[in-house]
Amino acid sequence: MTVPPIPARGSASLAAVPGGQGRGLPWLAVPALLFFVAFGVIPLFGVFALSFTSWDGLGEIHLTGFDSWRAVLTDPGLPHALWVTFLVIALSWAVQTPASILLGTFLAGFQRYRAVLSVFYFIPLLLSSAAIAITYKALLDPNFGLGAGLGIPILVQDWLGEPVLAFGVVIFVVSWQFIPFHSLIYQGGVRQIPRSMYEAAEIDGAGRIRMFFSITLPQLKYTIITSSTLMVVGSLVFFDLIFVLTAGGPGDATRVLALEMYKRGFQANLMGPASAIAVILVLVGLALALLLRRLGGRDATHSQLEGA
Amino acid sequence: METRKTSRRTFLSLSMGLPLGAALAACGGQGPTQTGAGGGTGTTSGGGAGKATYWYLSVEPNEGVRRRAVERFNKANPSTQIATTTLQNDAFKTKIKTAIGAGEAPTIIWGWGGGGLKSYVQAGAVDDLTSWFDQNPAIKDRLFPSAFGAATVDGKIYALPVECVTPIVLFYNKKLFDQIGAQPPQEWGDIMDLVKKFNAKGIAPFSLGGQSRWTNMMWLEFLFDRIGGPEVFQAIYDGEKDAWNNPAAIDALTKMQELIKANGFVKGFSSITADSNADQALLYTGKAAMMLHGGWTYGSMKQDGGDFVTGGNLGYMNFPPVTGGKGDPGNTVGNPGQYMSISSKATPEAKEIAKKFFATEMNSDAQAKDWVSISQVPIVKGVDAQFASSADSAWQKFVYDIASNAKSFQQSWDQALSPTAAEVLLDNIAKLFQMSISPQQFATNLNEVIGK
Repeated sequence: MTVPPIPARGSASLAAVPGGQGRGLPWLAVPALLFFVAFGVIPLFGVFALSFTSWDGLGEIHLTGFDSWRAVLTDPGLPHALWVTFLVIALSWAVQTPASILLGTFLAGFQRYRAVLSVFYFIPLLLSSAAIAITYKALLDPNFGLGAGLGIPILVQDWLGEPVLAFGVVIFVVSWQFIPFHSLIYQGGVRQIPRSMYEAAEIDGAGRIRMFFSITLPQLKYTIITSSTLMVVGSLVFFDLIFVLTAGGPGDATRVLALEMYKRGFQANLMGPASAIAVILVLVGLALALLLRRLGGRDATHSQLEGA
Repeated sequence: METRKTSRRTFLSLSMGLPLGAALAACGGQGPTQTGAGGGTGTTSGGGAGKATYWYLSVEPNEGVRRRAVERFNKANPSTQIATTTLQNDAFKTKIKTAIGAGEAPTIIWGWGGGGLKSYVQAGAVDDLTSWFDQNPAIKDRLFPSAFGAATVDGKIYALPVECVTPIVLFYNKKLFDQIGAQPPQEWGDIMDLVKKFNAKGIAPFSLGGQSRWTNMMWLEFLFDRIGGPEVFQAIYDGEKDAWNNPAAIDALTKMQELIKANGFVKGFSSITADSNADQALLYTGKAAMMLHGGWTYGSMKQDGGDFVTGGNLGYMNFPPVTGGKGDPGNTVGNPGQYMSISSKATPEAKEIAKKFFATEMNSDAQAKDWVSISQVPIVKGVDAQFASSADSAWQKFVYDIASNAKSFQQSWDQALSPTAAEVLLDNIAKLFQMSISPQQFATNLNEVIGK
């Protein structure tokens, strides 16, 4: 799934081969397309249709026009959930991006100890979100958790019971889990940058920091866009970790849109309004992805790589 | 060249992220994939000819009692068998709902009665058993009358009450009471005094798994009953307009927030969940002095608490009265029983097997004995005669007396109300305990979902 952010020179030349080889390529997309239509597009239409009905998941489905939409749009819970979702997106992006870029750049070096470290950094990504959430919940327990166990008073806080703290914990755990993934993307991105650029800069007398800001960062432009898109769209539908960690609480302090949708659909048995929220989620996601794509800029049609 | 790459990349990232949300919302509409997972022995379809199907909850020791009941029945009736599937609690709740929605329910639908059962009745998913009870009056007469409330919808009985009764009781740590020289509370004012005394000694007065929300709800159930009597919630249940505005309700909600403000609950209670049993651990490790909780925690505290229970340090009592309140101090709340219904989609043969199972095996003496042996109290009248042989006879007698003497046995609110209203209720309870809404706001928010 992780598309190399900047195409390797090898693959670029492969795609450029005219004739025979190029004609076979579209077929490669068919399995993925079938899956996407069957599990993505068709349910999407189903959800859209459901949002104009009232259904408790058990009985008959009744057409009720815009009732579900009215219920969702007039509920003060919706702007709140949207705001919480936006905060999760913005803060987790702001925490993860700089950390991932720095880690990725660091790990792009070929020294052996960095290879060893990169294996360790990768571990959080191997754990399931539910397992991570349960573990953190146990560690943060105010009476039996890490702080109480080791006798460190500063760690004995009502971590998941105070709105601000609980929100901070969610951002921290999300970042802890996903920084390794994004570091990996940036590691790949940094390794694609031709060494000759650094050599030239070194001859011009640039230091490490100067090289980072003048070569590495600009060259990572597309990698940043890819990674940000994944982060933003990913945090938009973030569900499992928050559900297990805080269940949206305390009160509704960490109730993101996806959680709001689940609670309405599967706990309150209101499939109509839940579907309306799902449609809103899809629209917001599409808008954000398109926006990020625009940020990439059209002027950058040319490659920044030498010789391409 | 480069644009095409970028757009494909963006498309990929889009296609990875978005369907998640869509699929999550849609899976309710897709219906379940019936796999018979969880150690099932038979088909999990609507119950083929000659076989009835039954899903039940896993986790010992209760699972063993349920399994042995089916084994006894299948051995006695070789031609009419019951095929079972075991499921874990939360998985069961979702799966049974989806299965009923898809017309794929097992013959015997096990559940908690109340609002959940009502939604099955409204969907025409379960059979009316009233006439069956009329034909077999002996079956009805052997059971606690209080168990039938949650099986009844609009005056008709749709389920057979089964298994055990578990009221909510006030547990306390006798050692800590001795330590500060205090007596268990006799009324609400004592509770507020004890809060001050225990806090002064650095002991949390009450343990509470507040993140689970229904744990907080138990407090309100008792306060509503003790202050205004069972009529207050009955009016809400019956869908009377603005029933939450009852002065007794507002008084109960206000008293609740007073207790929270007085630091009545352990620090960080809204971070604690009941599923991890951390709330019980606070009581038996001596960090908290009291805990209002379901009778089912007796067994787990006995198992996890070292010699806390066997050493006689666990005290228990019914919730104390509130001075000037209208409710009978003998009333209780909790689970008056579990419930078995018959799927209306099942074949006539399967339905007959289920009824035979209901009549001959469920609540039978053999099964009652089995429940008693694991410290439970089955909903069968006169079962207290069997307690003498049990190691937990004092506890069982206490539970039996509460259940058989209670003038009102209010079913847990979240089970009694419809799932829609229950979700709004739990949501607002969490906010009430966070002090982020006032009692009046609570009442106003809940009046909006009355009768929904």
